[in-house]
Amino acid sequence: MAATATETQGPMAPRPFAVARRKRETADTWTLELEPAGGGEPLALAPGQFTMLYAFGSGEVPISVSGDVEGPLVHTVRAVGAVSQAVCAAKHGAVLGVRGPFGNSWPVEDALGGDALVIAGGIGLAPLRPVVYELLRRRAELGEAVVLYGSRRPEELLYAKEVERWRKRLQVDVTVDAADRSWTGKVGFVAKLVAAARFDPAVATAFICGPEIMMRTSAEALLERGVAAERIHVSLERNMQCGLGHCGHCQLGPTLICRDGPVYRWDEVAPLMGVREL
Amino acid sequence: MPEPATRVIEPAALEALVVALRERGFRVLGPTVRDGAIVYEDLDSAAELPIGWTDSQDGGHYRLERRDDEARFGYAVGPHSWKQFLLPSRLKLWQARQNGDGGLEVEEEPLDETPLAFLGVRSCELHAIATQDRVFMGGKFVDRDYAARRDGTFLVAVNCFEPGGTCFCVSMGTGPKAERGYDLALTEILDGEHRLLAEAGSERGAEVLAELPGREAAAADLEAAGAAVEGAVHKMGRQLDATDLHGLLRGNLEHPRWDDVAERCLTCGNCTMVCPTCFCTTVEDTTDLEGGAERHRVWETCYSVDYSYIHGGSIRPSGRSRYRQWLTHKFGTWHDQFGESGCVGCGRCITWCPVGIDVTEELTAIRATDGEEARGGDH
Amino acid sequence: METIETLLEGVPVFHGLPAEDLVLIAGCAQNVHFGQGTVLFREGDQADTFYLVRHGSVALETYVPARGPAIIETLEAGEVAGWSWLFPPYRWHFDARALTDLRATAFDGACLRGKCLDDPRLGYELMSRFAQVLIERLQWTRLRLLDLYGRDGD
Repeated sequence: MAATATETQGPMAPRPFAVARRKRETADTWTLELEPAGGGEPLALAPGQFTMLYAFGSGEVPISVSGDVEGPLVHTVRAVGAVSQAVCAAKHGAVLGVRGPFGNSWPVEDALGGDALVIAGGIGLAPLRPVVYELLRRRAELGEAVVLYGSRRPEELLYAKEVERWRKRLQVDVTVDAADRSWTGKVGFVAKLVAAARFDPAVATAFICGPEIMMRTSAEALLERGVAAERIHVSLERNMQCGLGHCGHCQLGPTLICRDGPVYRWDEVAPLMGVREL
Repeated sequence: MPEPATRVIEPAALEALVVALRERGFRVLGPTVRDGAIVYEDLDSAAELPIGWTDSQDGGHYRLERRDDEARFGYAVGPHSWKQFLLPSRLKLWQARQNGDGGLEVEEEPLDETPLAFLGVRSCELHAIATQDRVFMGGKFVDRDYAARRDGTFLVAVNCFEPGGTCFCVSMGTGPKAERGYDLALTEILDGEHRLLAEAGSERGAEVLAELPGREAAAADLEAAGAAVEGAVHKMGRQLDATDLHGLLRGNLEHPRWDDVAERCLTCGNCTMVCPTCFCTTVEDTTDLEGGAERHRVWETCYSVDYSYIHGGSIRPSGRSRYRQWLTHKFGTWHDQFGESGCVGCGRCITWCPVGIDVTEELTAIRATDGEEARGGDH
Repeated sequence: METIETLLEGVPVFHGLPAEDLVLIAGCAQNVHFGQGTVLFREGDQADTFYLVRHGSVALETYVPARGPAIIETLEAGEVAGWSWLFPPYRWHFDARALTDLRATAFDGACLRGKCLDDPRLGYELMSRFAQVLIERLQWTRLRLLDLYGRDGD
């Protein structure tokens, strides 16, 4: 007897979600807004969490939540492999499978009463956008609220227009690795923006996401300015299959990223990231 | 619970045991000889036990040999472990299809709730089962399939009197005597009168025991059983100083021994297949010719290059890093993840390694030069 | 209004130099103002004048045939534009263009080179500091060279 797609199914069974909206962000990246197909409870989301997105017959990929956690499920996906390409090709109304959400969340509460920094590299802005929405919501409880964002080229900047709108209420600095003259903004590696950002290291909490080397250099730039390592948080990723802590793939030394992460404190995770091929 | 019953039964009574379990609806699994090894399979009768057989084990070596008695359990563990019944090597999770208007219907496989009885579980194996219980049922998510198979498993433990050439349960504190977690525990005695001391470890174990032909245990029986197990303590094939292996491994991630073992290790993954606690699996999503899709869960080894694949490459491309991953997980980071050691000292990994890599030797070597760092090299 | 010496004290590349050196360097400097788009120097030209950005930003560029001008890096307040004045053959490696309305301090590099020859200690101090600028630029450039945001680098 077929089990209907409800919460009574086990955690390895995907729930059907339909594509309600679809937007192309860059040449290879799309943002999808998903809603439970045929009704059903929306997911309870926290910034930093991820779901396992299933494209029928193709497979699953772990994708971070990238919308407002108080709204519908939103994912920004980069088409880099067979599964992500299939997900990105899902048209309006198409049904994808969703498992989760899994993992822990960015400790946005820790930033309140002080300064907050969001530092993103490339598609790393996607898992951090929910944090920015929280910061905007609680702007009055923050001193400085800083967003530093870097990508490869101007045309690869995510949510470009939205990021510009954030400038009204947040301290925003954007840079690219290289550009032609049509770009009138900064050119340089994103971690370089930390030195000139206006914030008080003594009361700052930082949230960083992007390629590991980018996260490391950004954390080092923050440490150089006197931000405590325990107040710097990064989001890690590894091969993920189950999301439940049962398959073993996402191990990084002592931790299972799907279960104990993906968000980690820099002081806890820096030694692990320093061991090659761990 | 009433006083655990202790009786003495004859080897022939094992047939009554098998019958009693089958009558209660259990699928009885136990050791039998096949293809030159002692493996775990369905038992229709106690006559299928490896009567009069023993094994000779060493690094990369396993042979069966005839005993000069009719011992039922005169051997150590073989290439199989009980995990194949609780965590099947290939399991269909669900099938799905897209319905007319592009919807997704997922039909999960019904859980297998066949009651299982394991006959001949060694103490190390009881610990291994408990270790996997922790992984699959002790966390935030419970593996439903594992839980369904595990629910109500009837465990007939066997206290070792003939440990193997690669056994080191004493070093790991996991044997040879079964302490808890069983329904019945058997100790075979071969001191002239071939008999088994049978101790109940649960109410239902006592009930089954009461149905078997036998007699009350006398002091001499208890003594003989004790001597057999005590003898096993001194016949361990391997020894290991297990003091704070967690700390030792954490502090030696760049030890030159990793380069040394990497020159020998074939990354074949045999150790992970035979290890009773290794639990890694991978998910396979497939389609069929009728437009349906399926998901299976299959055993996977951390020795495969794909295991850590992400973003176009593998996190652990070298054999060195993969061996390190397995050993440091088993003896070290398992503590961080699950609060205990992942190794139960059964020695299978040593026996079934084609090149005879011995974990006790590797760990001892690292401990002997604790803190040494590899110089030069390409890593 | 701040004197050039006080200004120099707070700038990373001159930080820690004794007061006499700062006075000497200030003697080779003057404040300048450029409109947006002004070219400060061109690739291949004699490298005699270098700049310290005070307000606005500078784009370092090079011309790639069939691609056009490519921006290598932008420099902000507190950063130095130009180090080739101190290292032979004293020719600029890139173009520098005012990306915005620009206020800067211009330094007579030729004059400073002369002073360094007279006082090798000053020469050593300046060379160490500008080498540090180079090292940082190199490190940031290497990180971009890794193309971390590329499809398989991410």
